[in-house]
Amino acid sequence: MIWVDTIIQGVLLGGLYALFAAGLSLVFGIMRLVNLAHGDLIVFAAYLILLLVSLLGLSPFVAAVIAAPIMFGVGWALQRHVLNRVLGPDILPPLLVTFGLSVVLQNALLEGFSADSQRLSSGEITTASVQMLGLNLGVLPLLTFASAILVIVGLNQLFYRTELGRAFRATSDDAVTAGLMGIRPERIFATATAIAMLVVTLAALYLGMRANFDPNIGPARLIYAFEAVIIGGLGSLWGTLAGGIIIGVAQTVGAAINPEWQILAGHLAFLIVLLIKPRGLFPRAVD
Amino acid sequence: MSETSLYRVQTQTRASYSAGAVCIALIIVFILLPAFAGRGLIQDLFFIFTMLVLAQFWNLLAGYGGLVSVGQQAFVGMGAYAMFGGVILWGMDPVPAILLGGVAALIVAIPTAFFAFRLQGAYFAIGTWVIAEVMRLLVAQWKVLGGGTGTSLPRTATREMWATEWIQTTFDVRSAAARDILTYWLALALVIMTIAGIYWLLRTKRGLALAAVRDNVEAAKSVGVDAVRMKWLVYLVSAAGTGLTGALIYVQKVRISPDAAFSVTDWTAYVIFIVVIGGIGTIEGPILGVLIFFILQSLLADYGSWYLMVLGLIGIAVMLFAPRGLWGLISEKTGLQLFPVRRRLVVNAQSKTED
Repeated sequence: MIWVDTIIQGVLLGGLYALFAAGLSLVFGIMRLVNLAHGDLIVFAAYLILLLVSLLGLSPFVAAVIAAPIMFGVGWALQRHVLNRVLGPDILPPLLVTFGLSVVLQNALLEGFSADSQRLSSGEITTASVQMLGLNLGVLPLLTFASAILVIVGLNQLFYRTELGRAFRATSDDAVTAGLMGIRPERIFATATAIAMLVVTLAALYLGMRANFDPNIGPARLIYAFEAVIIGGLGSLWGTLAGGIIIGVAQTVGAAINPEWQILAGHLAFLIVLLIKPRGLFPRAVD
Repeated sequence: MSETSLYRVQTQTRASYSAGAVCIALIIVFILLPAFAGRGLIQDLFFIFTMLVLAQFWNLLAGYGGLVSVGQQAFVGMGAYAMFGGVILWGMDPVPAILLGGVAALIVAIPTAFFAFRLQGAYFAIGTWVIAEVMRLLVAQWKVLGGGTGTSLPRTATREMWATEWIQTTFDVRSAAARDILTYWLALALVIMTIAGIYWLLRTKRGLALAAVRDNVEAAKSVGVDAVRMKWLVYLVSAAGTGLTGALIYVQKVRISPDAAFSVTDWTAYVIFIVVIGGIGTIEGPILGVLIFFILQSLLADYGSWYLMVLGLIGIAVMLFAPRGLWGLISEKTGLQLFPVRRRLVVNAQSKTED
């Protein structure tokens, strides 16, 4: 029974990783841009929520609702004024610019909020749990997992059911031809990054409520997110959820065997998938 | 063939001859420096030299090979830990154990490349990072070498290190300062060999193939360049060189821990900024970059995290407004090339008179 519990906890943790990864997957899918500052942007959003919570005395959920449009604006401006300038056939400039951004964000947060661990306290919900199938499940992990599924359903609907989604797919296939059809790729890119930042805000909310965070944890979140995207296969959002779950389960099982093996087990699971299926479990985009 | 007598291929320029002369003069000064320089300067130069070597190898990988790795700290760490292993487990002298560091990095680079080459472009970057993290976590399990908290080189090993006794008597310094001088000389030798080696490589047929692969993989393949082999070549050469440097750095530092030896900031972020700010894809770029990096560090050392923030912002600005770096700007304006690799056809003097 303890093993079932461990695996279920891992699946729920995978929901959080899928939330980390969804924004990364969206941006990569549309503009082939890997944002190395993705993890730091999640941490940045967490601090933004923390700031709103402590300044205005709001609940983290309300604070996240206020933070979301701010992050949307940050994403839009970042893409419009910085990242669009470096997109192109050469992958080096966007990689180095986002890497620079990652270092700048980490150190700006360090300067602004010190290296102390922080947490978003949400009162009872942090510790609340429900009995289900004879297991004791935390409300917060369940909520995280449900949010991940909602985000993925929402993004898929956006992609395949709306005009914006059509523009996304068209730009992703061929930005130049899409431009001829009256789509302005630079705006589409900015919108995509802005939407990714909405997902980032949600991820930040659960990250901050679930565990302590400090300015230096961004790169590790980026790595988990990246592993989830690769395991799932590029361009498949449900694959990303599956990837998140695999990393989550590997980590909790690893931790159950030896607490020091938690992170290592996640990485090893990633490497094994990479070895067996180099293009991920459910590849869609050809890259 | 009459053409061969009409034209010849030349890479040297007048500037490169003077640069060569200046280099030789500088090398002589650097070799003799410990005789009259203080320990602080020697340590600063050690830092500059080792960062320069790391930067040159990353530049070879990313600037010439097109392989943007964010995982070079894996080889710094493995090299350093192999050196520690040689000293602590096998009782080796730290100086020959540095070679062990290079060999160890080369050995772990083979399976690493096997994994990482399955990933393209940006995913290669994070893939190499994951592998470096795996190595850090595995090494932290190695209890004999201190596990997660790390360990120090045994005092006997550092005191009886090769040549330190001779340096102590010759320069009349204490054992710690003698170790600094020894590691400084080794770093100097490493810098010279690295730059000379990379320059030589770029001027051979392989270097031409490498440039072709960087500029256009498909076109390079179509003229018979084995692109995969070139990738393996630069990856393994960079790994071995980075491992040697890592081992040397930790002979000087004496104390090691997994977090420090596999630090992405110290061994990859700094190195990337050095190359980008100086100018990627040139030998001169990292040299200029490491000097700027050192000056910035000296100026901003007291401001803690502001320093990294400024470095990151400069890196972003350079990438946005001068993607070829500062050396790119200089060389564009003046046409100056200190280490030219471009082959130019020169009309021979006698054929000119015939015209």
